[in-house]
Amino acid sequence: MPKPSTFRLKERSVLPGFGLSMGVSLVYLSLIVLLPLSMLFFKTSQGGWEAFWKAAFSERALASYRITFGASFLAATINLFFGFLVAWVLSRYTFPGRKFVDALIDMPFALPTAVGGIALTTAYGPNGILGAPLTSFVQKLGESSFVQNVSSSAWGVWYAQTAFADFLRTSGLSFAEFKVSYSPLGIVVALTFISLPFVVRTVQPVISQLDGHLEEAAASLGASRWTTFKRVLLPLVFPALLTGYALGFARAIGEYGSVVFIAGNQPFQTEISPLLIITRLEEYDYSGATAIAVVMLLTSFVLLLSINALQAWSRRRLGA
Amino acid sequence: MRCKRGVVAVWEPETAKMNRSNAKPLEFAASSDALSAPQTSHAHQIAAAKRAVKSAREESPLVKTLLVGVALAFLALVLVAPLFVVFAEAFRKGWEVYRASLVEPDALAAIKLTLIVALIAVPLNTLFGVAAAWAIAKFRFKGKNVLTTLIDLPFAVSPVISGLIFVLLFGREGLFGPFLEARDWKIIFALPGLVLATIFVTFPFVARELIAFMETQGNSEEEAAVSLGASGFQTFWRVTLPSIKWGLLYGIILCNARAMGEFGAVSVVSGHVRGETNTIPLQVEILYNEYQFAASFALASLLTVLGLFTLAIKSWVEFRAHQQIKEGESK
Repeated sequence: MPKPSTFRLKERSVLPGFGLSMGVSLVYLSLIVLLPLSMLFFKTSQGGWEAFWKAAFSERALASYRITFGASFLAATINLFFGFLVAWVLSRYTFPGRKFVDALIDMPFALPTAVGGIALTTAYGPNGILGAPLTSFVQKLGESSFVQNVSSSAWGVWYAQTAFADFLRTSGLSFAEFKVSYSPLGIVVALTFISLPFVVRTVQPVISQLDGHLEEAAASLGASRWTTFKRVLLPLVFPALLTGYALGFARAIGEYGSVVFIAGNQPFQTEISPLLIITRLEEYDYSGATAIAVVMLLTSFVLLLSINALQAWSRRRLGA
Repeated sequence: MRCKRGVVAVWEPETAKMNRSNAKPLEFAASSDALSAPQTSHAHQIAAAKRAVKSAREESPLVKTLLVGVALAFLALVLVAPLFVVFAEAFRKGWEVYRASLVEPDALAAIKLTLIVALIAVPLNTLFGVAAAWAIAKFRFKGKNVLTTLIDLPFAVSPVISGLIFVLLFGREGLFGPFLEARDWKIIFALPGLVLATIFVTFPFVARELIAFMETQGNSEEEAAVSLGASGFQTFWRVTLPSIKWGLLYGIILCNARAMGEFGAVSVVSGHVRGETNTIPLQVEILYNEYQFAASFALASLLTVLGLFTLAIKSWVEFRAHQQIKEGESK
């Protein structure tokens, strides 16, 4: 199409309805999304910088960011590996029930988060179908002579005093008091549940489009299967994997419904940032709630921008 | 896509040779057992080459089984277990209790409210989705990327924040709070607030599905219709709509599932009044926190069935779209 000599907002088209559809879209978008969202910044500007800083970076808020971002990071990392594995298995191998499993991947999209939350809490609870066997297994492991010997050795005594061991104990990861529901570990489980489809669905199309000729070529040049995977396939899938990782991470940060049930919701320990926003609202501390929301929203925007940059980079790299 | 093919083109001669040259396939096969048997017959050579190609492109059966096993075990722990728990807990006390928890007045009120909210939010978002998709997919204009990003914006916002912004707008201390209070109009802690928060959260679904669907369709059919004298509305109704109906259907179903299941945003603006401003997910939460597990999971099972139904529709739509492409190719 020749470049128009004068500046034009829209290229000529024989199709009608641009003005109407564009007008409807812009008005609706402004009323439903832009105006309400801008309230966050309006409210912040009203309160002043000092008040914002105090509310957004109070001890309790900082602790909530640590938990939210830490658990989201762990969950996204778990999905980086298992999401890739699932996508690989689904697009490369055939096994009975593959179509069914493939449809099931979107379950966390379609299932309301509150339902996912109460179901996971029950399943991983002290009497749950997964929680009960897991807890008794870890307790037995702790009572085994090997673990007893190690923990009573010099190394074990030193380890028990480290900050890391302390961190694990407060996270519910100790042999004696192991639990998934009502602990930080439970938050990770819930976030893994809701962010799984993002990695799988981003990576899956890329894996199924991989050209078999590349692998044959690599093998014909003497590469082992593992080398082919590592040096030929993985670099091609990597941008999609990273995008899925970032999408899953971004989704996990904002998640509320599934986490409030499974986390113990103890301030400084298992209180996520969205929950702290609600707590502030219930205290009628609107500017406090807004300050935390602004921090979370800006983080999401930075993530969204890096996802876009990442996709542009991978498109350039693949040249499409 | 283009350069990916370019990369392939570099390799093509070798692989093509390997596939074609039945006379000397061993030169290109890396498998050691193929190399160690240079004197076998022609048929054996072909078989060995095929094996070599297969081993170059696939993992050994043992590795395959192992990978499938680990993947399925992970999915069982994370996806299947909660699904199973919902129905197991819902029916733990038997069918009678299940039925009774669904027809209980507060539960019925929650179901009714959820249906009303979805009935307002989904059609509005569908109208917007069709308009936005028509503007974005059928025309080229400056700022298209910005518009697409803005439409996706609600996905990047935490549900809790989605509720909060409407409290800041219409709440008692909000921008329009005094105005509303003077007229005794209620938005927050009432139906309008629930609808607004739901619309915000489900805003992108229909538009996204349709934009992707319409961009692959192209403009030529509509242009032909217009050049034959069809009006804009006729073109849309008779040409565009039939070709996007599956995408539209899936977008609406997905939007509806999210609208009925939304929890975080609705929780902020609802006020949690039983029988009045509680949607199904909020009622599920209240019952769960009161340790009425059977009743809570019974209501949750309704939403789970809705979710499973949504997934079934999705698989079906994908199947239909696939068929449509196949039919198009065979024509």
